[in-house]
Amino acid sequence: MTAKIQLIGVKKSFGSKQVLNGIDLTIEKGSSLVVIGGSGTGKSVMIKCVLGIITPDEGTILVDGQDVTHLRGSAREPVMKKFGMLFQGGALFDSLPVWENVAFGLIQGRGMKRSIARDVAIRSLAKVGLPEDVAFLSPAELSGGMQKRVGLARAIAVDPEIIFFDEPTTGLDPIMADIINSLIASTVKDVGATALSITHDMASARKISDHIAMLYAGKIIWTGPTSQIDNSGNPYVDQFIHGRAEGPIKMAVKA
Amino acid sequence: MNFLAGIGRAVLSLLAEIGRLASFTARSIAALVSPPIYSRLIGQQIMRIGYFSLPVVGLTAFFTGGALALQIYLGGNRYGAEAIVPQIVVLGITRELGPVIAGLMVAGRVAAAIAAEIGTMKVTEQIDALTTLATNPIKYLVVPRLVAAVVTMPILVAIADSIGVFGGYVVATQSLGFTGSIYLKNTMDFATRQDITSGLIKAAVFGFVIALMGCYNGFNSKGGAQGVGRATTSAVVSASILILAANYILTSVLFNK
Ligand SMILES: Nc1ncnc2c1ncn2[C@@H]1O[C@H](COP(=O)(O)OP(=O)(O)O)[C@@H](O)[C@H]1O
Ligand SMILES: [Mg+2]
Repeated sequence: MTAKIQLIGVKKSFGSKQVLNGIDLTIEKGSSLVVIGGSGTGKSVMIKCVLGIITPDEGTILVDGQDVTHLRGSAREPVMKKFGMLFQGGALFDSLPVWENVAFGLIQGRGMKRSIARDVAIRSLAKVGLPEDVAFLSPAELSGGMQKRVGLARAIAVDPEIIFFDEPTTGLDPIMADIINSLIASTVKDVGATALSITHDMASARKISDHIAMLYAGKIIWTGPTSQIDNSGNPYVDQFIHGRAEGPIKMAVKA
Repeated sequence: MNFLAGIGRAVLSLLAEIGRLASFTARSIAALVSPPIYSRLIGQQIMRIGYFSLPVVGLTAFFTGGALALQIYLGGNRYGAEAIVPQIVVLGITRELGPVIAGLMVAGRVAAAIAAEIGTMKVTEQIDALTTLATNPIKYLVVPRLVAAVVTMPILVAIADSIGVFGGYVVATQSLGFTGSIYLKNTMDFATRQDITSGLIKAAVFGFVIALMGCYNGFNSKGGAQGVGRATTSAVVSASILILAANYILTSVLFNK
């Protein structure tokens, strides 16, 4: 069976700064992988390479066995239609009401009629626990937690095969974070999607993943089932999951 | 030695910037001629760029026409040629001042607004979100603004021309002793079709420059609110400089003898 997503030797630098230094990572169909790592280690850059927003300097990215590393423009559209993405800051379109945000991929990407797309959007909002009247508000009128939910509804509205989550719980209070984690875990299961998430929140990682990988110094230094994370035998992983200042990981003050 | 290296670096980064702008322009034009066409968004932008610019453009054209009439009267007076006011006002307004004043006013209003909006979308990852929703950001954001600006600027300038001539008429008849009907007859008899169309062609080019510089600077903004502020400023400055440079080139091409 071919893996859903595979990264082989992916490298990316900005100017003289090497951010990704040969990433090798495999995500099986239907699994939920969380990549953990400190702030500024290149987690977002890695996910943007897979999404095609950033082009890697070297290496190969396969989606369903197809090399998509350098696919751009209209050639890439069939691949983009497999994806749903929840951005770190929500990235909702503030010029559009909530329902049009959720329905955006259906209307613009797939040419669905607006009246039909609106009903689909309202159903998507219901799945993330938002009532119908929220659909007609503007994103600026929502709290941070509600914006995350709308972002999640937008990501799942297009029925994606693969969903990406960039720090889904960052900036939320612990209760709202737990609600979002449960929503992610259940929606990924309902949609039957493969999920690739990145986070530095261990509680979130444990709750939404079946596999965890750790990114450090531009490489994946450990990967294994979530149940094994406490017995990884890897001092870097141990330091990270226990949040200890002392250990092999030296924090660079300047990102 | 260091001094030379500094100049070298500045020249290289200028060339790189020109290259990026050229590639952005080429991608925008390619997106312009390929489907889908977002007619709904074009309509919205025509309202925002054209309709809401009418008051500023109208007011500035009126005062410019009035001041022009006054200056021509005073200048012509030295040679006993005051009667030439209507002819020179219509020539100056339709060929140069109408399009340039409207271009600069719309650059201040619209290039800034476009750069701020797109720049904010850039730094809040909304542009990345468009890509992940299988929508080409150039087609969705740039093309409607380019089309709307190129279509509406000639209309705005046609209106600016009329109001500018009217400004001259008001000053000439109210304080310079001209007779209304004669002033208008002289204006109509003197103005040629080429005077007017050359101004409208300029207007379309200025519209393209305004929307392009707004979009380009917005797309290239980085680093939060400060970056968006920088993008807005450089959109207005670069659009204004390019409008004046393009105006000179167009004048010399359209009126070459
Ligand atoms: N477009 C870019 N241009 C230059 N540097 C970038 C860009 N995107 C990310 N970086 C740099 O790459 C590093 C990793 O960023 P990121 O992937 O956002 O980290 P995180 O792991 O916190 O998500 C950071 O130091 C950031 O400054
Ligand atoms: Mg990040």
